[in-house]
Amino acid sequence: MSLIAVRTKNLTKRFKRSVAVDGISFDVNEGEVFGFLGPNGAGKTTTINMLSTLIAPSLGSAEIMGYDIIKKRNEVRRSIGVVFQDPALDGRLTGRENLEFHAHMYGMPARERTSRIAEVLALVELEDKASARVETYSGGMKRRLEIARGLMHRPKVLFLDEPTIGLDAQTRRHIWTYVKKLNDETGITMLLTTHYMEEADALSHRILIIDSGRIVALDTPAALKDVLGGDVIELGTAGDTAAFVDAMRSAGWVKNVAAGADHVRLTLEKAETHVAPVVQAAVDHGVSLSTVSIRKPSLDDVFIHFTGKTIREGGDGPAEAKAARRGQGRRG
Amino acid sequence: MRILVVVYILWLRDMKRFMRSPSRVVGSVTLPLLTLVALGAGFGRIPIPGMNSPNYLSFLVPGMVGMTILFGGVFSGMSVLWDRQYGFLKEIMVAPVPRVAIVIGRIASGSTTGVIQATVIALIATFLGFALPSLAGFMLAVVFMVLISVIFTGIGLVFASRMKDEQGFGLIMNFLILPFLFLSGAFAPVNNLPAWIRAFSYADPLTYGIEGLRAALLGTSAVPLALSFTVCAACATVLVLLGAWFFETSEAV
Repeated sequence: MSLIAVRTKNLTKRFKRSVAVDGISFDVNEGEVFGFLGPNGAGKTTTINMLSTLIAPSLGSAEIMGYDIIKKRNEVRRSIGVVFQDPALDGRLTGRENLEFHAHMYGMPARERTSRIAEVLALVELEDKASARVETYSGGMKRRLEIARGLMHRPKVLFLDEPTIGLDAQTRRHIWTYVKKLNDETGITMLLTTHYMEEADALSHRILIIDSGRIVALDTPAALKDVLGGDVIELGTAGDTAAFVDAMRSAGWVKNVAAGADHVRLTLEKAETHVAPVVQAAVDHGVSLSTVSIRKPSLDDVFIHFTGKTIREGGDGPAEAKAARRGQGRRG
Repeated sequence: MRILVVVYILWLRDMKRFMRSPSRVVGSVTLPLLTLVALGAGFGRIPIPGMNSPNYLSFLVPGMVGMTILFGGVFSGMSVLWDRQYGFLKEIMVAPVPRVAIVIGRIASGSTTGVIQATVIALIATFLGFALPSLAGFMLAVVFMVLISVIFTGIGLVFASRMKDEQGFGLIMNFLILPFLFLSGAFAPVNNLPAWIRAFSYADPLTYGIEGLRAALLGTSAVPLALSFTVCAACATVLVLLGAWFFETSEAV
């Protein structure tokens, strides 16, 4: 039996006009990478803010390493490292100075301070840049510095709030590598929020899908995909698909049918053996097909299955606006 | 011990930031300096009844020293808002440190910059004909500089802990700061004011701060030195505690 690193019970946060987190309960095991997946505004950051003692819950409770987040705030703070969604670095200070600040705040003794700073700088490959002011860093470098800082004081639980938002694909892969390596080598528990499917899939042992402040699913990535019961055939369509969709629903070998304005998505086993009858049926029902694709189910499909909508990727959610602002880095 | 380390590192960070933004160093002394030159040069030789000092310039210097520190204290509050906006406040607030240490750290750096700026003002004033006091008098003046700094940095922090937008903070601070300043007797002797206004003046901690500075720098003041010191020290203590309480209960995001 593994130990519980994070436990929440009916955790709730109400703001004036909205309920950001609506009574969520879950456990994160020690050593686990726990993915928190949901669209922008689903309540991910609010949950992290409550768990890291920055805001108080309206209702419910949570424990980190057995410490209550309201009654034992200092013990909780000592047990966690946080990499916030928006950078929380001082741009006027150098990378090393930011880490020194952190070391002092966490009461690290002088000897350990120097060696540990060198260690975490090496881990994120920022030794060369340690003496440059952070305002001159790129977005990816800032992120890496923050990860280094979050690890400085050897926390038991590391929160990563949208660790790769606003970063290019290459830098994102880089960060993933660090995260995996960290968990493999140190066994640190991580709670990672993201609205990127492939990120949750690639990194998490278990994924919690959250939407409008509520938990809609919680399981391993594989088990979540199994729920869909097979492969996916996606058809790009034009014209009225209603009759075709009915025909597919009554076909015994199709498990699930989801229809959109310009596409139909079928879930079934051994999809490759059913492409011909599907296409034939489409033709028979007067649906013209623009594309046909077969794929293994992705978390996207899982998300649609549980929430009935696609996750809002990109676009102009609040997080994206913040990421844009960060890019300008007025004061760093 | 633990608190001292935290206070030190917060202080050090603010000092580095201060030293690395020359515009802040220059900007913070410009207004008091211009006021000193404009009023001091204009009225410098005219004796004003009830001001207990050889000339208006000497009377004005402690007032401008107090004004510099007043503005500096408010600025410390503003820097909390910047930290909030640029995210660094979260790094501070998520750390396992007593909130009182965070408040004292801010006040320590606010006081240091305040005393530096105020000393610059006093030194520049000597070129206009201001006579510097003895070393003992100057040290006593530094004590009052620190106390005024603690009080107004504290007030700035209390508001900053609850406010999120800079414009709003600036507006409220202006609304507060100017009465503090004009009632304090920085520009004209409090005793010349009508009695009903004077009542407000004696409720203004800056009055005691500036009178304390006058006692230290000029050797003469309208309020006894011991009273000035007691009121300032009491206000400073209250504001440190109040600031700590506001930070303890504030939300960092």
